[in-house]
Amino acid sequence: MEMMDTLLLSRIQFAANISFHILFPTITIALGWVLFYFRIRYNRSGEDRWMEAYQFWVKIFALSFAMGVVSGITMSFQFGTNWPGFMEKVGNIAGPLLAYEVMTAFFLEAVFLGIMLFGFSRVKRWVHTLATFLVAFGTTMSAFWIIVLNSWMHTPQGYEMIDGVAHATSWAEIVFNPSMPYRFAHMMIASFLTVSFLIAGVSAFRWLIGGQTKGVRAALQTSIFAAALLIPVQILVGDLHGLNTKEYQPAKVAAMEGHWETGGNVPLILFALPDQEARENHFEIGIPNLGSFILTHTWDGEVQGLNDFVTEDGEVLHPRVAPVFWSFRVMIGTGLAMLVLSWAGVYMMMRKRRGTGERAGIEGLPKPFLYALVGMTFSGWLATLAGWYVTEIGRQPWLVTGVMSTKEAVADVPAPMVLSTLIAYLVVYAILLGAYITVIFYLARKAAKGETLKGRLASSEAAQVVAVPGE
Amino acid sequence: MEYFGDPAVWLPFTFAGLMGVSILIYVVLDGFDLGVGLLFPFADDDEKDRMIAAIGPFWDANETWLVLAVGLLLVAFPAAHGAILTALYLPVAIMLIGLILRGVAFEFRVKAPIQYKALWNNLFFTGSLMTSISQGFMLGMYVMGLTWTLPHFAFAMLTAVFLTVGYSFIGATWVIHKSEGYLQVKSVEWARRGIWGLVLGIAAISMATPYVSTRIFDKWFGFPEMLFLAPLPILSAALVIWLWWMLGRMPFYNDRFSWLPFAAASGLWITAFVGMAYSFYPYVVPEKMTLYEAASAPESLFIILVGTVFVLPTIIAYTVLAYTVFRGKASELRYD
Ligand code: HDD
Ligand code: HEM
Ligand code: HEM
Repeated sequence: MEMMDTLLLSRIQFAANISFHILFPTITIALGWVLFYFRIRYNRSGEDRWMEAYQFWVKIFALSFAMGVVSGITMSFQFGTNWPGFMEKVGNIAGPLLAYEVMTAFFLEAVFLGIMLFGFSRVKRWVHTLATFLVAFGTTMSAFWIIVLNSWMHTPQGYEMIDGVAHATSWAEIVFNPSMPYRFAHMMIASFLTVSFLIAGVSAFRWLIGGQTKGVRAALQTSIFAAALLIPVQILVGDLHGLNTKEYQPAKVAAMEGHWETGGNVPLILFALPDQEARENHFEIGIPNLGSFILTHTWDGEVQGLNDFVTEDGEVLHPRVAPVFWSFRVMIGTGLAMLVLSWAGVYMMMRKRRGTGERAGIEGLPKPFLYALVGMTFSGWLATLAGWYVTEIGRQPWLVTGVMSTKEAVADVPAPMVLSTLIAYLVVYAILLGAYITVIFYLARKAAKGETLKGRLASSEAAQVVAVPGE
Repeated sequence: MEYFGDPAVWLPFTFAGLMGVSILIYVVLDGFDLGVGLLFPFADDDEKDRMIAAIGPFWDANETWLVLAVGLLLVAFPAAHGAILTALYLPVAIMLIGLILRGVAFEFRVKAPIQYKALWNNLFFTGSLMTSISQGFMLGMYVMGLTWTLPHFAFAMLTAVFLTVGYSFIGATWVIHKSEGYLQVKSVEWARRGIWGLVLGIAAISMATPYVSTRIFDKWFGFPEMLFLAPLPILSAALVIWLWWMLGRMPFYNDRFSWLPFAAASGLWITAFVGMAYSFYPYVVPEKMTLYEAASAPESLFIILVGTVFVLPTIIAYTVLAYTVFRGKASELRYD
């Protein structure tokens, strides 16, 4: 019993920590590239609006990066404090991947971050641009290595078991495991979408409260276009990802779809309350045949149901259905909302004004639309978290599919100890998350109230960061 | 030696060396960051900003050495990693929360509304304090063999205090180097008061370790080992005296050699560290598990080593680059 509680608490703690961590990389991965883009546009054109955008977003980048780093450090200790079994069994695979992440990514970004943030007037322009590039590249490398590891845990290959310990046989197979390309692509686009909506939301907010500068205009336009461009790609990649999962982790897909019985012509379930005890859905609403079509691309294709994953003697080999089922719908719902909003935005901006024949631009966006954008500021977080919950909860009871179960890995730490650290983390995270969101809107408000661009000294912030007189 | 040649021997040894180096770099580099945080209550508002400016461009990379160290422990000695970190579960958690508070306070103190600045300053101090206390505590527990008894706990509390004072000391020497004027005078004073923490800490650990384990006692006090080892304590003592002498006379004319106290302090750190490494070798979990027992499979270590050979020099090169870009007195920290 003791062990059971420790397991449950450790899982909750791990989930809390990784959920908190992932919020910030999701922002920094893409925001790094966006800053690089602003920087290049400025270098090329010398237009202040790009510098203004850079100056504002680099602050949010710095803040997000710090949050990402400190929560990431927590992650790297978690393996030892809570999941020692994991490293003992698959350390030969996970170890090198993590080591490469530290060596090729973390140092790169951490060192050049200093130059990127504070080196503007200390180094030559190309060095600063290069530093910005290397930081962006570093965050992407981080994402790559960790996704490789995570994907290997979902679809392991390229290893053999000797005395219960995994040994690598082919690093190429390990790195390019079947789910990696999909997961990496889907995560990268998720990050760009998250940042698009973050920038769109904050810029719309600044616009609404009167900070209608050229920089805000550039940021708002760029982000709506980017979102409109990326969301269809994301949906396509998501679909491919799902088909791939169907091949390697059919139980997960069955839980996502919420079908109990195997059969053809299955509907796409929009709403249901899955009941694992009774093994049926309540209040099911669905679109006939669409389920079959999405998963098999034919209207009557056969789809495996959850009951296929129960053994003769009643052992359940599929994950808990309701959380997977619902997380999946939250992700898809958010994705569709993103689609509608960004396309509507593009349409309204591209409309020609009667008379002049000019495009309407930002002025073509009605107020309610801008409010909707503000409301969607953190929608990327919602979709990303939901997506990861599908992925991770859908993998259970396995930690490494077919190789080790989650309960094999857990540490023998007394449950009250885990509980106390869990509570401490949750309190800290809640406060920090509140502070983070507040500060983003505070910076936006301040920028909107502050002066528009004065020469290169774009930020009203600089004066405050300085705070060192007479040097 | 028959050692070289057998990858199951030299690979773990190499990795232990790499891990040692990254821990050492960590305690020196993040040591001064943490030290600056610990000195925060003694500085006024203006000085605080300048002290932050002295570490702002570096702290993130400095902290990454900890990630590397624990990463190497994790990848090269998985069994030891689990054993050490589960034994130190609570202090690790306290350290992590401290690191979180410290790291985000850096950002929030200048970005949050001005009325919260004092609050984030306090959290910056609190985070640094939690981190250094728990690191010192873990050091003590590790020296005592990771068993939780009352005397061990008491000893670990002692090393916690010493390490904290030691970090403040090295932090002060860094501020001496990066500042001028009244702040510099002040930091010389901080360093003079902090040096005893380091001295007592090193002394306490050096004296305690041989008593905990007769193996370590024999390693130090046998003959001829004593002769080979004599330079270590002598060097440490010389460094301490030199530091004391320097700090009494600083700031020097024209502010020349303002980096010397920091360099000497790092030297002291290194001697202490080498001594400890000598004591514990070949154990990673004191008296329980040797490097060789805890090591990962050679083929996995090898693939990491290949990368390390290329990557580590690069990391060091751009770390040097960053310190060169931001050399000289810390001026204002601004994003443009
Ligand atoms: C902005 C974020 C975002 C958006 C709009 C979507 N996703 Fe997603 N999704 C993710 C962000 C994400 C993610 C957080 O990045 C996940 C978790 C793991 C992964 O690889 O991507 C994910 C996982 C994930 C999985 C689970 C794969 C597995 O674990 O085996 C599937 C099947 C989909 N997605 C499919 C879709 C579809 C069909 C979408 C169309 C609307 C969609 N996603 C929109
Ligand atoms: C890419 C790196 C990742 C790795 C190596 C990883 C690893 C793990 C491990 C070891 C567990 C087992 C512990 C447990 O069952 O709770 C787990 C579960 C979990 N992870 Fe991940 N994870 C990763 C990414 C993520 C992300 C980004 C999220 C969410 C944002 C996430 C959410 C979860 C959740 C919710 C569980 C709990 C599942 C359950 O208890 O049913 N994971 N993951
Ligand atoms: C178990 C899983 C994970 C561990 C152990 C981990 C560890 C870490 C650590 C230690 C850092 C700080 C690096 C530094 O000192 O600069 C970090 C940052 C980062 N992590 Fe993770 N991480 C995990 C999951 C993830 C996931 C799922 C992603 C994204 C897909 C991710 C992407 C990043 C990125 C981009 C950074 C650098 C940028 C930033 O700090 O925001 N990590 N991670």
